[in-house]
Amino acid sequence: MSEQRTSFIRKYIFSTSHKVIAIQYLITGLVFLAMGGVMALLIRWQLAYPWQPVPLIGKLLFPGSGGAVTPEAYPVLFTMHGGIMVFFALTPILLGAMGNYTIPLEVGARDMAFPRLNMLSYWFLFLGSVLLIASFFVPEGAAGFGWTVYAPLSSSTAVLPGWGQDLFILGLALDAVSILMGGLNYITTIMQLRAPGLTLRRLPLTLWGLFYSAVLNTLWLPIVVAALFMVLCDRRLGTAFFVAGPLAPHEGGQVLLYQHLFWGFGHPEVYILIFPVWGLVGDLLSVFSRKPAFGYKATVLSMLVITILSGIVWGHHMFTSGMNPLVGKAFMFLTITVSVPTAIFFLNWLGTLWRGAIRLTVPMLFTLGVVFVFAIGGLTGLFNALQTFDVYIHDTYFVVGHFHYTLAASVLFGAFAFIYFWFPKIFGRQMNARLGRLHFWLSFVFLNAVFSVMMFLGLHGHMRRIADATAYEFLKPVQHWNVFIGWAALGLGLSQLLFFINFLYSLFKGAPAPANPWEAGSLAWTVSSPPPEHNYETPPRVWCGPHEYGVPSLTNGDWLSQTDPQAAKLARS
Amino acid sequence: MGMSTFPPDISTTGYLVDRLFWLATLLTGVAFLLVVAALGYFLLRYRARPGRKAFYTHGESRGALWMTGGLAILVFFLIDVNLAYHDHHAWDAVWGSPPRAADALRVQIMPEQFAWNIRYAGPDGIFRTSDDVTTINQLHVPVNRPVIVQLSSKDVIHSFFLPNLRIKMDAVPGMVTSLYFQTTHPGTYDIACAEHCGFGHYRMRGFLIVEESEKAFEGWFTEQAGEGPPDLSWGWNWDLPAAPQQAGQMETTQTGHTP
Repeated sequence: MSEQRTSFIRKYIFSTSHKVIAIQYLITGLVFLAMGGVMALLIRWQLAYPWQPVPLIGKLLFPGSGGAVTPEAYPVLFTMHGGIMVFFALTPILLGAMGNYTIPLEVGARDMAFPRLNMLSYWFLFLGSVLLIASFFVPEGAAGFGWTVYAPLSSSTAVLPGWGQDLFILGLALDAVSILMGGLNYITTIMQLRAPGLTLRRLPLTLWGLFYSAVLNTLWLPIVVAALFMVLCDRRLGTAFFVAGPLAPHEGGQVLLYQHLFWGFGHPEVYILIFPVWGLVGDLLSVFSRKPAFGYKATVLSMLVITILSGIVWGHHMFTSGMNPLVGKAFMFLTITVSVPTAIFFLNWLGTLWRGAIRLTVPMLFTLGVVFVFAIGGLTGLFNALQTFDVYIHDTYFVVGHFHYTLAASVLFGAFAFIYFWFPKIFGRQMNARLGRLHFWLSFVFLNAVFSVMMFLGLHGHMRRIADATAYEFLKPVQHWNVFIGWAALGLGLSQLLFFINFLYSLFKGAPAPANPWEAGSLAWTVSSPPPEHNYETPPRVWCGPHEYGVPSLTNGDWLSQTDPQAAKLARS
Repeated sequence: MGMSTFPPDISTTGYLVDRLFWLATLLTGVAFLLVVAALGYFLLRYRARPGRKAFYTHGESRGALWMTGGLAILVFFLIDVNLAYHDHHAWDAVWGSPPRAADALRVQIMPEQFAWNIRYAGPDGIFRTSDDVTTINQLHVPVNRPVIVQLSSKDVIHSFFLPNLRIKMDAVPGMVTSLYFQTTHPGTYDIACAEHCGFGHYRMRGFLIVEESEKAFEGWFTEQAGEGPPDLSWGWNWDLPAAPQQAGQMETTQTGHTP
């Protein structure tokens, strides 16, 4: 009865349903992903062919310069590309969409613990994105200080006077508040709304990833929001928290303080994005190897160790900042010890595949893709952690290649694995597998071409954030690699069209999906696709973990659902 | 079309940085190959086939625990401690006390958007006096002599990057940072700004001119002398609360120096 009284607006726009909110996050994230991607292509065009008019869209975007990227526009491109990708594309897809959609379903709840707060989180993100987009249309254009908002470039209006800079900071702050509220919701829901029998030991790994990610968000986001507001005060209220030297009004503040505050959040941010992916990888490897997740406890413990370590390693972003080098040594050593829990992750992923019955579905391909690209991203992290070597490659394309392997490659592949795996549950239709496989292989090839060559450029000393490498003599011998990356990036961008076509086509024309197309054991797959409005009529009773595949004593099929009462006898307790 | 890994090294310490890279490449390369080999083998060997079930294990047996613990210890000592040890020694050589600090040439650099202001103490050996020699974007140094550079910034953060010497250091407003180097090959090399400092960042290029002898350097230096700089301190007096960093008596055991 109540359903008939819900208006369209309450049901699909200002909805408190976690499933609708998840879809809102997903669509917002995908729109921004496309936007950030186009900016990446403009950046690569400029680096490949400096100051040449951009084909097709150049005249529209840069009418003043005959279609070429200008020195003023270039910093805007890389600032907005970074800000959009991290905060408005990947975070909404990984945390917003995956968190919202999977958590209540996987814990057997009817919705999030705080549905209204959940709705509010989305609308904070929406408001943040409106400010971000609006910043393109103010007189002096959008922000150009880099997505890290380094002071005093950001905090002094003498350097960057435009209001676009302020709008970017406000948009980021609003998005941070949105993520913070989401995090509180995730933690509470996972801790308080689990179905009877769903002990912490029986949670899907995806939820563990989302949980730790939410913990990091609630701990560290307030710091970056505070730092961003201090920058705003410096800009508009005449304070000098982060302005010093000749530009400072009086004695001045402390420039390095901003970097400490930013990276105090900024490094955990890497794990905020990667934890949900690691969790998802653990679950999907298990589903598609038809085998329990190997070393579940060690995996969860490793994630806990990294959660703790991630908060005390930020100084490795500051080896050249003028920070005391003795502190640098401590940061270096703490940073490289992250390799220990990470190695355990890889052991457990490979252990899950070992003697499995592997099904190479599209989500599985992307999952294996994450394992491969994260091996590169993680191992190259060790190079950056080495203080003496980092001083050389700091602020070069080696760092850019490295963090694109961890963030752009691993997190993006994780996001695709999530979408391909959960699409049938979310929309009740199957995605096209053939297009999906093509999308994977093209993305895999082009992505590695782009980011591995970036690392070689970095070894040659190629600085990041420069608009034109040909201005330097020592970079002339490697300029042709910028051309190579440009074309590979175009290939990567065009391959994503396959995904968008597949997504839209399957949304309307895909084959209807059964409740459990992947034969997965976790709770979400016991309800119809898409799930009914309140997920579960009665709270489900859980008898075993989410990874009971390949159970030897079963004669029909090879797996047990978490709600299967047989599990009390057959599965490991 | 060749892919040279590093630009030519013209310093006494750059090889340490390059060697660290190759050591890290060796260690992580082995780890990477192991992962990829296992991944490839498992994907070929354990593909789903009708009638075969996967091996049912949660990987929490005693054997698996030993393997996990063993891997942790192996990674910690073979990779982490090993790399940290080598880095520690490389750091001392590249960033510790310069070997012949007393003979070193001392330079102060205060970049601004988008140029490098460079200053040498004149014949009196004291900075910020009227006989200082100043240049813009041109850092002349004699080959084979240690050079100690002090950096600060006039506006935003810049980063003083010498790719052919494998070092860089941020120039931070309100702070004095420093680095030292010693060249081995005469010639003209790039100085780059490595920290985004505004729309002209990409063209904030300077030149490191390594003179082929002390004599050639002296020749250039005397040519410059006599043109006293119009502004002795570039708008900031370089006097810091904690400042043993006066010219001529600078401690260089620490490269970074927070006031």
